Amino acid sequence: MSILVLAEHHNGQLAAGTAHVVGAAQAIGGDIDVLVAGENVAGVAEAAAKLEGVSRVRVADNAAYAHQLAEPLADLLVQLADEYSHVLAAASTDGKNVLPRVAALKDVSQISEILSVESADTFKRPIYAGNAIATVQSSDPLKVITVRTTAFDAVGDSGAAIIEALDAVVDNDLSRFIGEALAQNERPELGGARVVISGGRGMGNGDNFKLLDGIADKLGAAIGASRAAVDAGFVPNDMQVGQTGKIVAPDLYIAVGISGAIQHLAGMKDSKVIVAINKDDEAPIFQVADYGLVGDLFEILPELEQKL
Amino acid sequence: MKVLVAVKRVIDYNVKIRVKPDHSDVDLTNVKMAMNPFCEIAVEEAVRLKEKGVATEIVAVTVGPKAAQEQLRTALALGADRAIHVETEARVESLAVAKLLKGVVDEEKPDLVILGKQAIDTDNNQTGQMLAALTGMGQGTFASEVGFEDVEAGQVRVTREIDGGLQTVSLKLPAVVTTDLRLNEPRYAKLPDIMKAKKKPLETKTPDALGVAVSSGLTLLKVETPAERKGGVKVGSVDELIDKLKNEAKVL
Repeated sequence: MSILVLAEHHNGQLAAGTAHVVGAAQAIGGDIDVLVAGENVAGVAEAAAKLEGVSRVRVADNAAYAHQLAEPLADLLVQLADEYSHVLAAASTDGKNVLPRVAALKDVSQISEILSVESADTFKRPIYAGNAIATVQSSDPLKVITVRTTAFDAVGDSGAAIIEALDAVVDNDLSRFIGEALAQNERPELGGARVVISGGRGMGNGDNFKLLDGIADKLGAAIGASRAAVDAGFVPNDMQVGQTGKIVAPDLYIAVGISGAIQHLAGMKDSKVIVAINKDDEAPIFQVADYGLVGDLFEILPELEQKL
Repeated sequence: MKVLVAVKRVIDYNVKIRVKPDHSDVDLTNVKMAMNPFCEIAVEEAVRLKEKGVATEIVAVTVGPKAAQEQLRTALALGADRAIHVETEARVESLAVAKLLKGVVDEEKPDLVILGKQAIDTDNNQTGQMLAALTGMGQGTFASEVGFEDVEAGQVRVTREIDGGLQTVSLKLPAVVTTDLRLNEPRYAKLPDIMKAKKKPLETKTPDALGVAVSSGLTLLKVETPAERKGGVKVGSVDELIDKLKNEAKVL
């Protein structure tokens, strides 16, 4: 078997999720190549070459692949796909955008957001917002798969894969990049943070999210939010943790003023340790929390910050 | 401009699901069904485009069993002009749905196709992208804003919700757009509109007539309930919490 992993990168940095996708590729077994497609991505390719278990990094460095537009990226993957039994990418917005397009162009199914590898053709994946787990088997000659990165361990970075340039260029008159507005953030990204502290509707307003800042600084944590807090306009959507936002599984997840709706739990219930702080001692979040603290978050948060 | 909007009949999002005792699938007998929430957003966007004078005709389409006509009637009540039901009782995977929708696109030749980004039953997030691939269209997935300032130049502007924030792309029309949560807030159908919807045209087609085999390379082997996470303990103070996190959980 041979597996092609699509590397994810932003601003010249290899995304943390790619090491987890390579972990999933190792669970399938076989030769693993990584594709780095983008513009000025030599640094990304070097980082990808250090991922353990990767034999070859193939680099398509061309303006056509800047901004990871699905149309040219899918065409490139389709050109390479016949050399592989599996094509994998993270179940991120980039991976979910491009891989179904690749699968359709190859006339095969796509398997979304796998949680485990049962065998080279059989995988587990969440359905119904994670309230059921499906085991699916693919008889397609090519398996096109997105990977829930938090479900697989990252490989280490002591590898030394060879790097090869690809000169494949594709035409694209279907889509054009206009611009992007990325959240400016000094903190670790939600998906890869060791500690995540999230606020819910109980925070009351967007200003009160500042109460989480000091604690996040002390713990090196990323800050998230429930969908209720996002929908109430407290914070932007890219902070949302949940089935309709980001799926996280940090070592420590602190839920503050979050009741624990199913849709939020689907995004964080695989965290190693969950702490819930809520004034309602009946809140469903306490049913999944390892440690619950009932009380007024406006008193608890300053005390926690001071004592950490 | 003609807009095709695809909808799916799924379990109502408020219903707690049950897995069948034989683990063959989720049990849908006697369960409340509804239009997929992301599809409601797709219909709403189409209706707003018509209200703004951008869209001239809205055609709603679904792939599914006979009962899925209920969701088409809902789309008609919300403002779609007519509906197409591709009727099949089979379990249809995303690729087959995309092929069936391509068949409808080939016949209807819409300028824009709007779909929900994913259905809340299978959570695949594939059909829109696959339809775009099969029809050779560009795709604006996870849209939070759709703009027609460049429509004279045959372009649609789509702002997409991506992991790090927002990305805006311009797509050549015809194009496929899939909706994310913040694109709009869907309205409810009014009773007079529900009555009127019963008289709007609804055409039924079969996969055979569209020349599409609904078979798939995927087999669903088993469906299980995930391992329940057990609740832990309540602590009495911030000091106790910090102590537990340091000395028991060892995460600080």
